[in-house]
Amino acid sequence: MTGNKHTLVALVEDRPGVLNRMASLCRRRGFNIESIAVGHSETPRLSRMTIVVDGTNTMIEQLRKQLDKLVVTMKVSDITGDDIVARELALIKVKANSATRSEIIQIVDIFRADIVDVAANSVTVQVTGDEDKIDSLLSLLRGFGIKEMSRTGRIAMTRGGSSLLGAEKGTSAGRSRKQSAS
Amino acid sequence: MKMTGAQMMLDGLVKEGVEVTFGIQGGKVIPLFDTMPQYPQIHHVLTRHEQGAAHAAEGYARATGKVGVCIATSGPGATNLVTGIADAFLDSVPMVAITGQVNRSDIGKDAFQEVDITGITLPITKHNYLVLETAALPRIVREAFYLARTGRPGPVLIDVPGDVFMEQVEYHYPAEFDLPSYKPTLKGHPAQIKRAAKLINEAKEPVILAGRGVIISGAYAELKELAEKAQIPVITTLLGISAIPESHILSYGWLGMHGMVHANLATDAADTIIAIGMRFDDRATAKVSAFNPHARIVHIDIDPAEIGKNVKVDIPIVGDVKNVLSQLNKLIEPGEHIDWIARLDEWRRAHPALDIRDSESVLPQYVVQQIYEATKGQATIVTGVGQHQMWAAQHYHYDHPNSLITSGGLGTMGFGLPAAIGAQMGRPKATVWCLDGDGSFQMTIQELATIQQERLPIKIAIFNNGFLGMVRQWQDLFFGKRYVATPLSGPDFVKIAEAYGIPGAAAKRKDDVVPAIEQAMKEPGPFLIDFRIEPEENVYPMVKLGGSLVELLEGEEITKGVAKP
Repeated sequence: MTGNKHTLVALVEDRPGVLNRMASLCRRRGFNIESIAVGHSETPRLSRMTIVVDGTNTMIEQLRKQLDKLVVTMKVSDITGDDIVARELALIKVKANSATRSEIIQIVDIFRADIVDVAANSVTVQVTGDEDKIDSLLSLLRGFGIKEMSRTGRIAMTRGGSSLLGAEKGTSAGRSRKQSAS
Repeated sequence: MKMTGAQMMLDGLVKEGVEVTFGIQGGKVIPLFDTMPQYPQIHHVLTRHEQGAAHAAEGYARATGKVGVCIATSGPGATNLVTGIADAFLDSVPMVAITGQVNRSDIGKDAFQEVDITGITLPITKHNYLVLETAALPRIVREAFYLARTGRPGPVLIDVPGDVFMEQVEYHYPAEFDLPSYKPTLKGHPAQIKRAAKLINEAKEPVILAGRGVIISGAYAELKELAEKAQIPVITTLLGISAIPESHILSYGWLGMHGMVHANLATDAADTIIAIGMRFDDRATAKVSAFNPHARIVHIDIDPAEIGKNVKVDIPIVGDVKNVLSQLNKLIEPGEHIDWIARLDEWRRAHPALDIRDSESVLPQYVVQQIYEATKGQATIVTGVGQHQMWAAQHYHYDHPNSLITSGGLGTMGFGLPAAIGAQMGRPKATVWCLDGDGSFQMTIQELATIQQERLPIKIAIFNNGFLGMVRQWQDLFFGKRYVATPLSGPDFVKIAEAYGIPGAAAKRKDDVVPAIEQAMKEPGPFLIDFRIEPEENVYPMVKLGGSLVELLEGEEITKGVAKP
């Protein structure tokens, strides 16, 4: 069965070993993590994770429930079908010399990216956006020669006024713990 | 008041109602054991191997529904618990495992007897803790017991560095605690229950598949009410055996790999399946892609992650089985399925695969039947894993709630003897029979010493066929009878028992069976019987390798309906 990329967001306790629990569960249940990004959330002592994984809807729903079952997770939601803002940050160190530098700067401007470091034979570009934008920029820069690259992986959030915990925060059941009729 | 970590741990155990612990001493838990005499409410059972401690804790928990507690030291002590923890995880057994750990300053340095047991047990515990702050210990103990026993029960491990056991800090047992991320759903969703009731009321050919969740939840009366009110045949899983008395008119045995033919046929033919506290394990469903594709399925389980995991479900209801069934029963209309039940009865008549043929030799099925007769069906049966386990499940009639204790999900050979210890500790007045194979028994044979030391009146029946019997059966049926690495040249089990101070007898012929069982029953203490059973007897019925529930081998003589002389 082939599926497609899903974006899961999770609020988890900010404690040692939590990332390991999440990643280990994905591995054990046979899911390949495309990217995982972790950082602080709006709530103290809760971290927010964005996990991108491949799979069919049924498989991902199973993974979501398994992740949600971990004692350290407050809530896990699959926001793939939702209206979301998804962003990634990349640092790209491109080979540059006096002949190519200005062309690179032009490309970077078009993408509203930034040059954050310049050396005699390279420039370092910082770009944020969705994966497509970063991929496009990369494909243009590749011709100059890429010395180094680092991407953060996707972080994501639904558009509009709602939040992952939302009004249900502190109540006995988040959406994901309620019954789903499917 | 100031207390050491060890005192806080034991005080916590007492407050959680722990009366018995199972385990073994060792370097990093000496301070814990050293403190035990201050807490005489707790009786510690010294097993001879940590695996025995884990299974004994499981046996206790399975028999009582309370949390079983096992204790081991760091390193090898902890890793020896792993099999029992995994077993408890797969069968949803409430357990708290306490392990010693090297001192905090030594963690991560490959110190003597250091092992990352929280890392190792990550995928086989409901949750686990490494205690790095002594003051956190009371809260952790409290949480661990709460997690182990609530929701879908399971094992929780607490790893405690030796210096934490010895450090003194101010002690407060938390009266309340908050686990905001852990809120099991206990009540069923009313709309889902309504939909389920409608489906059940309209069903023409329904079956109930009852699993261990019914037993864990104590939903015996609710299950019976549902079955009787709507007149629905009840089939159990292996672990669901005794969820309904097997003599009940609507009880149709158990399904699966070695389940009853009529149970498999009925599950395959049903238009509606009401799955209650079971998880569509592959030993129960057989080939899962061929599992009754036309049935409408209602699935009741406390664990949302079980819904839709293995089979597609039409109406999921997440909640505690007892709650959900009592909600559901109110909406169930009295029904009858006379023709359908007649079909089940006909299947049962047409496939008498559990009939026992006549033989001068000791047939394992006959042994189980005679143990049933001698105990009048009142015993708690504990088994190891293998052929004998299947015979025990097939030929004893389980009329009493939670009367079969067996390792289902993990299928752990060696489970029987230590689990029987735990079961007997939990049910001191019960007659506990440990039915074990000669292979399975030898994996934890050392626990005979524990039985002797604790003076537990466990009756041990060894189904001795000189083989790893279930594997031999597979070799017989699917590997051209090439018996590679299955023949066992066993010891004299009666002499072994004698060495442990336990009387015993061997039964070599059919005529020896009943006297041996009677002798065991007369003996006030433990007793061992070495049943030298027919060596190449196979377990039937059996689902064909990779087959669906209805692709069955029923055993040559028996299908023909001819009793073998």
